[in-house]
Amino acid sequence: MTRDVGPTGHRIFATESHLAGFDLPAPAAFIRKELNRRLTLMNPQTRASRLRAGCSIRHLIRPAFFSGLLALLVGAVAFPAHAQESPYIVTYDHYLEEPASLEVEYFSTFGTQRAGNDFHAFWAEFEYGATAWWTTELYLDGQTTFNDSTIFTGFRWENRFRLLQREHFINPVLYIEYEQTSGADKILKEVEGHDVEADYADPNAVARQEHDHEIETKLLLSKTFNGWNIAENTIATKNVTGGNPWEFGYAIGASRPLALKASAQRCSFCPENFIAGIELYGGLGDRYSFGLHDTSHYLAPVVAWNLPSDWTFRLSPGFGLNDNSHRFLLRWGVSREFSGFGNAISRLFGGRR
Amino acid sequence: MRTLMTIKTLAKVCAQSSAGKWPAIAIAVLVIMASSHRAIAQSSDARHFSKDVYAELSKAPKKAVARRNPLAEDPDAVIAGGKLFEQHCAECHGDMADGGKKGPSLRADQVQQSTPGALFWLLTNGVVRRGMPVWSKLPEPQRWQLVSYIKSLSPAAQPSSNSDKPAHP
Repeated sequence: MTRDVGPTGHRIFATESHLAGFDLPAPAAFIRKELNRRLTLMNPQTRASRLRAGCSIRHLIRPAFFSGLLALLVGAVAFPAHAQESPYIVTYDHYLEEPASLEVEYFSTFGTQRAGNDFHAFWAEFEYGATAWWTTELYLDGQTTFNDSTIFTGFRWENRFRLLQREHFINPVLYIEYEQTSGADKILKEVEGHDVEADYADPNAVARQEHDHEIETKLLLSKTFNGWNIAENTIATKNVTGGNPWEFGYAIGASRPLALKASAQRCSFCPENFIAGIELYGGLGDRYSFGLHDTSHYLAPVVAWNLPSDWTFRLSPGFGLNDNSHRFLLRWGVSREFSGFGNAISRLFGGRR
Repeated sequence: MRTLMTIKTLAKVCAQSSAGKWPAIAIAVLVIMASSHRAIAQSSDARHFSKDVYAELSKAPKKAVARRNPLAEDPDAVIAGGKLFEQHCAECHGDMADGGKKGPSLRADQVQQSTPGALFWLLTNGVVRRGMPVWSKLPEPQRWQLVSYIKSLSPAAQPSSNSDKPAHP
């Protein structure tokens, strides 16, 4: 017997007896899956739910990701670029995007889930350097929960502001983000409050019914010396949809290129192209119960490979540090920076050549 | 103000469409990008702009100005610096370092007569309000390699015309 779950949580079952009248050449597993998919679509609750949501995978995720892919391909040909990206996936250092540059990024997180299905969460980032002191960024989130479904889970609009003009002993950056996500969001871009593994065990159909509108603020502190970058992020988040308290979290990172001097030759595997490091991040409770009680924490080695062709690849296996954490998270990402993107857009709007 | 009204109008139109608010958000983002970049470009039209940027070199602390380039004797430093320049700097300063749309010439007297220490200090700190990012994310030896490359450039043929170029680093 095969089980399928519609977006409303309505469960539909197909057995071998349902398939008796079908004469299809495909394997039985495929037929069951297809039949269940069609039964799900025929279900009036499911259809109504999809219409209410107005954002099926076909309508949102595909255009978003194909647009990102198209931008990557077009940009790879049309724009010069320069990649020197940090390896962090959760932690932020104090370096902003260069002015008028666009960085298009794709990230994945595979997570194990006790008492539930493992998942693959993914997001696309469009990061733009508005000025040398202001970077703005749009995220589109989605996830696939195995044996469940693939859904779009929301968007985020992030802004980072450099507070001091020059380099100092510690360099602060103010981070302000607006998130409109569903409860099914699993990208774990940050961990805050009392986020624990059990929160991610609900089926998508149930979790997506929860809608969060969050304001997230961070104070990013970072310092680079002797090739080492040390960064610390303090997180404060408020879900503005209900009477939720402020929630807190942290992220700490350290990284260093494998070589500090650049080699004279253009090469892909030169040690200076690789940056390795480690991240530690987790929740710190909320306003009423601040601390480590009922929180989750992760330790994650990170590595970035900056290619001379201006692509950057990142890889980070993460390990849960307590029983409230996912045991294992595997993250990877690919990005490309398009210098002069803002100039091209400006010309579209009549800017000078 | 006009940009804000345009964004609001687009948002209203798109929100009524069956596709929801996503087109509005995408268009708004594009408009913000264009507006912000236009503001940068307009600010760079001021003729005193590059003079301001060159003047930053004179603000380097004495200790920084006095620093010597530890890679000055390294024969590969200029070549490696050229590679780094191509990757990180040519977009703004031009492929030949003689000035681009957003960055002034690095062959100008103001740059070539500066000490390696002052150039290193400017690379490290940037001129954020004029659009030049901080480059401390490059390890120190790579910044010195860049300084080696910049100092190896031959001076501009007509330095005075370069210094008047409306641009920023």
